[in-house]
Amino acid sequence: MTFSGVVGIITVVALVLILSIPLGGYIHRVFTGERSWFEPIFAPFERLLYRLIGVNPKVEMDWKVYIKSLLILNFVMALFVYLVFRLQGVLPLNPDGVPSMNWALAFNTAASFVSNTNWQSYAGESSMSYLGQMVAITYLQFTTAATGVVAAIAFVRGVVANRSSSLGNFWIDLIKVHTRLLLPLAVVLAIVFVGLGVPETLQGAASVHTLQGASQIISRGPVASLEAIKQLGTNGGGYFNANSAHPFENPSTITDVLQILAMALIPTALIATFARFIKNRRQGVVLYVLLTSTLLIGAFVVYANEAIGNPMLHHLLGLSGPNMEGKEVRFGVGLSSLFTAATTAFTTGAVNNMHDSLMPISGLIPLLFMMFNTVFGGIGAGLLNILMFLVITVFLSGLMVGRTPEIFGKKIEAREIKLATAAMLVHPFVILIPTAVALVTKAGTSSILNPGLHGLSEVLYAFTSAAANNGSAFAGLNANTTFYNVLLGLVIMIGRYVSIVAMFAMAGSLAKKAVIPESVGTLRTDTYAFGGVFVAVVVIVGALTFFPALAIGPIGEHLQMWAGHLTR
Amino acid sequence: MINVWRSLRFLVVSVVLLGVIYPVVITGIGQLVFPFQANGSMVSLNGRIVGSELIAQAVTSPGLFHPRPSAVNYAANGSGGSNLGSTNPALVKEVQANIANVEKHNPGTLVSSIPTSMVESSGSGLDPDISIRDAMIQIPRIAAATGLSQSALKNLVAHYEQGPFLGIWGHSMVNVMQLNLAIKREAQ
Repeated sequence: MTFSGVVGIITVVALVLILSIPLGGYIHRVFTGERSWFEPIFAPFERLLYRLIGVNPKVEMDWKVYIKSLLILNFVMALFVYLVFRLQGVLPLNPDGVPSMNWALAFNTAASFVSNTNWQSYAGESSMSYLGQMVAITYLQFTTAATGVVAAIAFVRGVVANRSSSLGNFWIDLIKVHTRLLLPLAVVLAIVFVGLGVPETLQGAASVHTLQGASQIISRGPVASLEAIKQLGTNGGGYFNANSAHPFENPSTITDVLQILAMALIPTALIATFARFIKNRRQGVVLYVLLTSTLLIGAFVVYANEAIGNPMLHHLLGLSGPNMEGKEVRFGVGLSSLFTAATTAFTTGAVNNMHDSLMPISGLIPLLFMMFNTVFGGIGAGLLNILMFLVITVFLSGLMVGRTPEIFGKKIEAREIKLATAAMLVHPFVILIPTAVALVTKAGTSSILNPGLHGLSEVLYAFTSAAANNGSAFAGLNANTTFYNVLLGLVIMIGRYVSIVAMFAMAGSLAKKAVIPESVGTLRTDTYAFGGVFVAVVVIVGALTFFPALAIGPIGEHLQMWAGHLTR
Repeated sequence: MINVWRSLRFLVVSVVLLGVIYPVVITGIGQLVFPFQANGSMVSLNGRIVGSELIAQAVTSPGLFHPRPSAVNYAANGSGGSNLGSTNPALVKEVQANIANVEKHNPGTLVSSIPTSMVESSGSGLDPDISIRDAMIQIPRIAAATGLSQSALKNLVAHYEQGPFLGIWGHSMVNVMQLNLAIKREAQ
């Protein structure tokens, strides 16, 4: 670790907070219907969209109508991109002659992208046409990010409502996230990316004669437009196989910093939005302090382990220095480590280095962050998870000190606890059971690249990434098999939709309750003491559930490596 | 049913707006304002395109700088890393072969002086940059093969050296394509 590396990491995180807190206020104003400076541009454009889509802006929806609209739209979008993937070989805008996908890969990719996961069993340059990159991948990177935001906003409306059943209007909310947040940011960022070297062209791959006279085919395409929304929407699905490690996706140190800022921006801002909605600044501050510290600890654990490098190579070959296997020189170890922590904290899933080649303890951090699923979390979905864990923490601490559990002025009763527990338990269930299934079947184990304990980590990482809707991978695992495509696709959908539906049901029942004025008997949730309990609950639930798997995965491999044993 | 109908209308409108108009507009602006970058930063020598400044290519000639090892043999239409884990014997074998390669081309190089980035595969397989130490190790070989003086080559490296950005992000490094084009032009 170097001093400048440490300063570099802290500076990026500080920039995230500086940019996102004001943005959180802006998002709050968007969803409370306040006018913006650009109202003369936004409002007529939105009215046009309402007319084209057939939305009545005056209609209010209860939780059931809201979630039904959300689910039906998601199903329609998934079906559409499935057809695009199945037919891309014969559709236009395919200059490199990419073939259509088989049913399992198309199912996996559709499930993955419609749920904001962006797990990729395919390699972009050889398996996705320009049409697919545009109307399926880039497209869903907008709409699914927007879906996450509106789900979180609707839930928060339920929390602050007083004996009401309305959570807002799904279509209006969805359109506003696009027109007032995602599109303006994406347009600006995409143009900046082109200026910094990210290609944006509809011409096919370039065929060149190299300096030595050999031939090289250089894939390119409309990369910058995808790259911008890939990060802003915490999507993470790359244009190329190497994702943000590819020099066309992430050509320089400065684009790398911009990508980390972009992926962190909206999930971080939503905490401030939430604090505005509940009119409790302190609650926001406490969450910012806890979550930012967790993110930094993770980044520095990765950085420390990567900076030490691989003791096996030192011991056997005399090579010493940081671990550069799977990394790019322009990012170095510092920015690679921060990217690894950030992409799993914000559940983006883009990678600027190959996680499979990280040191074992460095690989443990992204796994843990995805298992917690609450270190800021993905766009919208992260805030929902944080609120779910807050409800559980309130319940547990209420039991401990003998007070009626209530949160933000709403009494927490049996129904809420049941729903929160259901949402919480789905996550370990869809990670551990499929991992176990994969490890005892030949279909599961034959895809593993690295032998020994690391192979177990590859499988565990895949299902954790799918369940957390992250999308990053220990990419040595060959996931493009019918077994993995189907199983991971199912895990992705359960991981996304079961918890969203449970949280909506909770929002519906919270909305109907009367707000109880705060009294001396109220357990305050905006204190560091409560924050500490919150972190403890997240860690204990995570640790107790996943520790056995982590012990025989990365922790075991770490001990083996420092004892000087190669896997046989 | 009204929801399905509305979803279909949303689908059509949003696919056209986000999946077609948005990327096409960005492509238009990119092609107009940044044509070099938008088409992949292609560079040419004597009027012929020889590759992209951002994409490493296989270079084995002793008179040119060699890029970092690539797990995909510099396939710019199939990027990727080795994905080898830290305790995998295949990783040790791969790095050992890369060290032997550096020693063969640059005789007298001590293993302890080799930067890890010079013998460990990059993440994309197309890393266009090398560290300054990596470049310095290669200078005696290039000087011998091209007849350029070592000090001229060192000046060249210093001229093209980039980063760290603002002193805190990234490392000092140099782009291999820029160096090799300069050497080729020098030799003419």
